[in-house]
Amino acid sequence: MKIGEHDWHLEPLGKHIWRGRMEAGQLLALSREVKEEGGQLIALWGSDDRHLAGGFGIHAALLTSSGLAWVSSALAANAPAYPDLAHIFPQADRMQRATFDLLGITASDAVDDRKWLRHGAWPANVFPLRKDFDASLPATHDTDAYPFIRVEGDGVHEIAVGPIHAGTIEPGHFRFSVIGERVLRLEQRQGYTHKGTEKRFEGMDLATGAKLAGRVSGDTHSAYAWAYCMAVETATASAVPERAVWLRALFLEIERIANHLGDLGYLGNDVALSFGFMQFWRLKENWLRLTAKLFGHRYLFDCIVPGGVAMDLSDSGRAKLALEANRIETEVRSLKAIYDEHATLQDRFANTGVCKPDLAARLGLTGLAGRASAQAWDARAQFPQAPYDQLDVSMSTQRRGDVLARAEVRFTEINESLRLIRDLLARLPAGDIHTPLKPVQDVCEGLGWVEGWRGEVLVAVRIGADGRLDRVHPHDPSWQNWPLLEVGQLGNIVPDFPLINKSFNLSYSGPDL
Amino acid sequence: MSTGILLQLAQTLLAILLAPLLMGWVNQCRAWLQGRSAPPITQPYRTLKKLFHKDAVIAHNASPLFRFAPYMIFACMALAAGIVPTIANDLPFSPAADVIALVGIFALARVFLALAAMDIGTAFGSLGARREMLVSFLAEPALLMVFFTASFIAQSTELPVIVATLAHREFAIYPSITFAAVAFWMISVAENARIPVDNPGTHLELTMIHEAMILEYSARHLALIEWAVALKLFTYSALGIALFVPWGIAAQGDLAALPLALLAMVAKLLLGGAALAFLETISAKLRLFRAPEFLGTAFLLAVLGMLIHFLLEV
Repeated sequence: MKIGEHDWHLEPLGKHIWRGRMEAGQLLALSREVKEEGGQLIALWGSDDRHLAGGFGIHAALLTSSGLAWVSSALAANAPAYPDLAHIFPQADRMQRATFDLLGITASDAVDDRKWLRHGAWPANVFPLRKDFDASLPATHDTDAYPFIRVEGDGVHEIAVGPIHAGTIEPGHFRFSVIGERVLRLEQRQGYTHKGTEKRFEGMDLATGAKLAGRVSGDTHSAYAWAYCMAVETATASAVPERAVWLRALFLEIERIANHLGDLGYLGNDVALSFGFMQFWRLKENWLRLTAKLFGHRYLFDCIVPGGVAMDLSDSGRAKLALEANRIETEVRSLKAIYDEHATLQDRFANTGVCKPDLAARLGLTGLAGRASAQAWDARAQFPQAPYDQLDVSMSTQRRGDVLARAEVRFTEINESLRLIRDLLARLPAGDIHTPLKPVQDVCEGLGWVEGWRGEVLVAVRIGADGRLDRVHPHDPSWQNWPLLEVGQLGNIVPDFPLINKSFNLSYSGPDL
Repeated sequence: MSTGILLQLAQTLLAILLAPLLMGWVNQCRAWLQGRSAPPITQPYRTLKKLFHKDAVIAHNASPLFRFAPYMIFACMALAAGIVPTIANDLPFSPAADVIALVGIFALARVFLALAAMDIGTAFGSLGARREMLVSFLAEPALLMVFFTASFIAQSTELPVIVATLAHREFAIYPSITFAAVAFWMISVAENARIPVDNPGTHLELTMIHEAMILEYSARHLALIEWAVALKLFTYSALGIALFVPWGIAAQGDLAALPLALLAMVAKLLLGGAALAFLETISAKLRLFRAPEFLGTAFLLAVLGMLIHFLLEV
């Protein structure tokens, strides 16, 4: 496959997915050419390959004009290092720091080498994702020195918020440097929900792995489970029945609608318009209850399994789903009219938390928030996997990049998802919903790439010769988008932060692996 | 005189005991208007009971002021509730303070609350105190202007005289009072930390004004502050009633009119509470820096009321 001027010798791994290996030094040149043609770095992770007669490995997933390129480089077993990519793709910064915390692989010459996931919970010279990690070691209770970047000047002071908040929400620390109410700088610190997910995958059988993958970030269950299954099915070269693939798309769109409804309600709540909150959450609750009735779980947990799906849809269920989809469409239309005509709400939403398109492109804003800042990427539209290649998804974009734009994208996507659901229901093919996976012969690998409601979800899988998982890396779009929240807050006032934060609604659990 | 003192005591006690009920009523109306099932009207009492049964947690670096402030705030609000005529007019306490002193009593409570908020030294306390001062320094002059408009009509700043003039002399319509009433409504919303200036129901610490100041309080201290908040809402409602719809308040010494006065007050509070809930439901919270515009409008309306008094009514 050619990117820029060069042929990088990438082989197809799946539909729109390419696989290649190269020297660590070449990663820089490749990244530059991808950046040149307008591509992005999606994910960066490491692996311990010493048991496979190698050293360590560094992996990058790059979005290019011809699809997703997964490139890897072998690194030495002693003092593994690779060139810093953060100066080309700033979104790599936190991923590089996390990779060091877990595996001890260094990005040479990286500007920022503060800890990201460690939080003093294990000794500094121990790396838990290495295969020779001894889990019986007692936990340490160090405190990391974590210097925040200080803003100096007359009347500047800091407000430290979290990781424990006044409400029951996920933990994250936000350090505001403010003058009066105006925010001069915001810096986040995360990693408080690090729970060793990637380590837990090691040695798991393929079916249990799907359950864990789905639980990386609970609100994106279907996207993760599908991406994981796609990766495992690619690795084992197993085929999935057509009906199962269509049902997976149905689950994904159901999940998207549930989350968008919830977020639109929250956006109303954050400007104290509880009416909007209650109405959207009524719609969401009805939607979840219907989902529970049809598929046995409100959030569709464990409906997607390797080789197909676990729950089928009956004809009566099909009718109920279509009916509820119609009802949601009507109600959302009237609620949108209320939001559109509410002067105070519009005043709060418009020009708040702006991420300009050029900045969004430079920092790699992705997914829903990216589309609200003119980053027109949607894997369902540009690089569709089955069955989206037969559905002709229309992408919704905005240019303003403010809270209002992100709300608008959600409204448009709800309508598009409802249309897709109707289409999926009408054309749902008959047949089996599950075929067993082919047995694993040797070490094999695969990658899954699914457009979840928040953005693209990536799961890379390597299966050992014994048929058990050897290395799984789930990647959440929140990795790229959290730093943009810092940028979007600049120049806004402190009391607008919760609103801006909610308009992104990023995951803590997803990146805190 | 002794009946006067008895009446005064009864009225003050009634205000203190029934204030949470008004809060409960407003919350109930809000819930209904949002389309959800409402908490019982007695919910604020249950919250108070719960809080009084808890052990207080106080920061290590809290000064005595922090412990003392809730009692001070509660006392100020109870005093204010005693001064404003709710059922009977011209009770023994009334001459103790005129409307200007009343504004001072509210200010005293606020100063203690803001000082206590800054006492612990957390970011949120000072954040809330700063915002509260921003809101109140704009609201106070506007409130004084409203009182002056009423005082010009009654030729006195004493509340009993104002009430007697408006309620018990010949029935007259004052255009100036209408302007003052709208201004008073806007000021009350801001002073009582209601939507669109503040949101009493939020858990988002960065957006809070009043709630941010009391984040560090717990147990009996928090209970007293919550009770004082309910009392403040009650007192402002009673003030609004006394100034703008005083009909029904019993004149001095008119014991026979008391039952009717009680009924009239309950009806007015029910209506006022429902109206507050309705306006809160349809509005969203203003961006913080729009609050000065909101209160500036209130000030302007109050001044307009005064001008109209001189143009049309003198």
